[in-house]
Amino acid sequence: MWKTLRVFFLIIFLTVVATFIALPSELPVSFSFLNKKVEYVMKRPPIDITIFGTRFQHDLALKEGLDIQGGMQVTLKTDMKDISPENRQKALDSAREIIQRRVDLYGVNEPIVQSAQSGEEYRIIVELAGVSDANQALQLIGRTAQLDFRLESASPSATATTSAIAYFDSFIKTGLTGKELKNAAVQFDQQNGQPNVFIQFDDQGSQLFASITQQHVGRVLAIFLDDFPLMLPVIQTPILNGQGTISGNFTLDQAKELSIQLNAGALPVPIEVIQQQTIGASLGQQSVYQSIQAGLIGIVLVILFMIMNYQFKGFLASLALIIYALLTICVYKLFGVTLTLPGIAGLILSVGMAVDSNILIFERMKEEVRAGKSFDISLELGFSRAWNSIKDANLMTIFIALILINPLDLSFLNQSGLVKGFGLTLFIGVILSLFTSMVVSRTFMRLFLRDR
Amino acid sequence: MNFMKYRYSYLLFSLFFIIPGLISLSFFGLKPSIDFTGGSLLEVKMLGSKLTSFNQSDFQNSFGENFQISSAQHTTENQYVLRGKPISNAEKDVLLQRLRDSYGETREVRFETVGPILGKELIQKTFIAGVLVSAVIILYVWRQFHSLKYGVAAVVAMFHDAVILIGVFSMLGKFWSIEVDVLFVTALLTILSFSIHDTIIVFDRIRENVKKHPRAKYQDVVNASILETLGRSINNSMTIIIMLAALSLLGGQTVRWFSIALLIGAVTGTYSSTFTAAPLLVIWDEIVLRLQKRKVRKN
Repeated sequence: MWKTLRVFFLIIFLTVVATFIALPSELPVSFSFLNKKVEYVMKRPPIDITIFGTRFQHDLALKEGLDIQGGMQVTLKTDMKDISPENRQKALDSAREIIQRRVDLYGVNEPIVQSAQSGEEYRIIVELAGVSDANQALQLIGRTAQLDFRLESASPSATATTSAIAYFDSFIKTGLTGKELKNAAVQFDQQNGQPNVFIQFDDQGSQLFASITQQHVGRVLAIFLDDFPLMLPVIQTPILNGQGTISGNFTLDQAKELSIQLNAGALPVPIEVIQQQTIGASLGQQSVYQSIQAGLIGIVLVILFMIMNYQFKGFLASLALIIYALLTICVYKLFGVTLTLPGIAGLILSVGMAVDSNILIFERMKEEVRAGKSFDISLELGFSRAWNSIKDANLMTIFIALILINPLDLSFLNQSGLVKGFGLTLFIGVILSLFTSMVVSRTFMRLFLRDR
Repeated sequence: MNFMKYRYSYLLFSLFFIIPGLISLSFFGLKPSIDFTGGSLLEVKMLGSKLTSFNQSDFQNSFGENFQISSAQHTTENQYVLRGKPISNAEKDVLLQRLRDSYGETREVRFETVGPILGKELIQKTFIAGVLVSAVIILYVWRQFHSLKYGVAAVVAMFHDAVILIGVFSMLGKFWSIEVDVLFVTALLTILSFSIHDTIIVFDRIRENVKKHPRAKYQDVVNASILETLGRSINNSMTIIIMLAALSLLGGQTVRWFSIALLIGAVTGTYSSTFTAAPLLVIWDEIVLRLQKRKVRKN
């Protein structure tokens, strides 16, 4: 009993916290009381606390997608002068894919990356939600990230006499480029702890790398990024396994950025920003409002249905349901889940699905009562027996969600923000509905349900 | 009530829905929205209007049938980006004239042909994910229920729901010009997970009853399990159907067809657990028994 009470108070506490977080940061309250009009705006300050020297900061705002909130639109022009006319469409498409991949790898949710053609000009339109600063957007899209390896020219006289530019121009291309990369990842130097980028070549690249390093021990093999020398390492020993590291006094963010750009691939054509502007929501305020209203009406109807069918038990389950909805919004805010209109619809649907576990449990309890068990035993049996089916069914949904989220970033699976975002909402929905049915509903029923 | 007596009728009933859908799909395909096909982008500057803000329907009203726009986004001051069906340069000039007629001086800022938002890669990878999901489901359900038939039946029921939904939208596309868009892809994914969820709950009861009554005929056990879970199935689906009906009717134009897709899926998902997956188990069991008997006779 005491344990149940403890859990009960914990749930109450959690609900209060969740309500606090889930409510909008400014909530105007106006009502009249004893002929006095009360108007007040409830305000919630953002979290900004320091514990043990670590600063926790969160504005507790719901991230809204392009359709609801709008964002930043950047139009890029591609420079096709080196590409033959028949290959231009293909180059544009692959540039689009690469930019899409980069933006996805940065974890921007549900961006729009679209190829566009205007007369003779080939363009790419990128729209990012929640980005207000053009520089930030440009950083996400990135430069071309053309990596290549060049050998120092053999004649030593060039190095001493001429300028730096002429010196760098004297490097000879080896034919080994970022195209032969299989994988790039951030790692830390074991000696000085500096972040650097580990690279692994594919089979062809490994062979080429091996033959270059075998033939030119003692010479400089420079790593160029976008025609700029990044580092000038001297080949110490032949490298046969196709692995290497790029180091260059990177900050962690720089190293991460480089590895993302290398993984996503180099752009086949140079790009240039021709326009940037903020862009409004693609859906009107009207349709968002309508869906939320429809959702609320739906929830009220579901609650009525539950109470009609299961009486007081249904009422308790409905309370659990409301707690579920609050927790979900709270988790969305804390983990920065981007809310789009389909997301709202999914959330509303998940409320309907969260009822399922409760219904399973109630039906089980009915059966146990019918089988002649005492009320208290039926209650516990209802939960433990229903758990078996709830567990298997929800585990399946978790599998599906994980395949869609693709947490290991497997390249043959989806890496697009759209599908990942959907998987994430599904995952959160399942976990929270398990919690509300098995913990919240159960505690409520243990406390408030008596045999009648 | 003996549900399983009519097991072949249920499958026939499903075919009654699946076959027209498949025919429509193979003849007419799906009607893709500009999310998949790309279209035109027109940015306009509204200079002469008294209106301070425009929304999508303002533009649509003045364009009429000539340019179906899928979104109108405000950018800076009085500029708007309109996206819609592909149109030619000449058609665009007609549209601009219409805007001038309705709202006064209007200047074209840019006019572009834009590619799809959903690339081929996304569709391909979603498909791979679907295959992987099916494999995981078959293996996991096989392991949990100690028989391959449960895994296969669950996945067949899942595809049953997907095929019906896609078929219905193929027909909707042909006869009512309903398009499939990003939202449809999301709805399809939701339906797959809902279908599996529902099926597992029915199977779980069968597993429990098989353990309880090891000597009973398999068909009777399945039948009893279905009867026992029917109340729950119907009540659960009712809550989801209430939710989705509210969304379809009141949620506005943008989520209407998304909600209807989910609604169709919720109905077929509930139906298929009881009337597709369970009969398949019984039929599978019969075939295995018959094969065993034949073997015994031969020996």
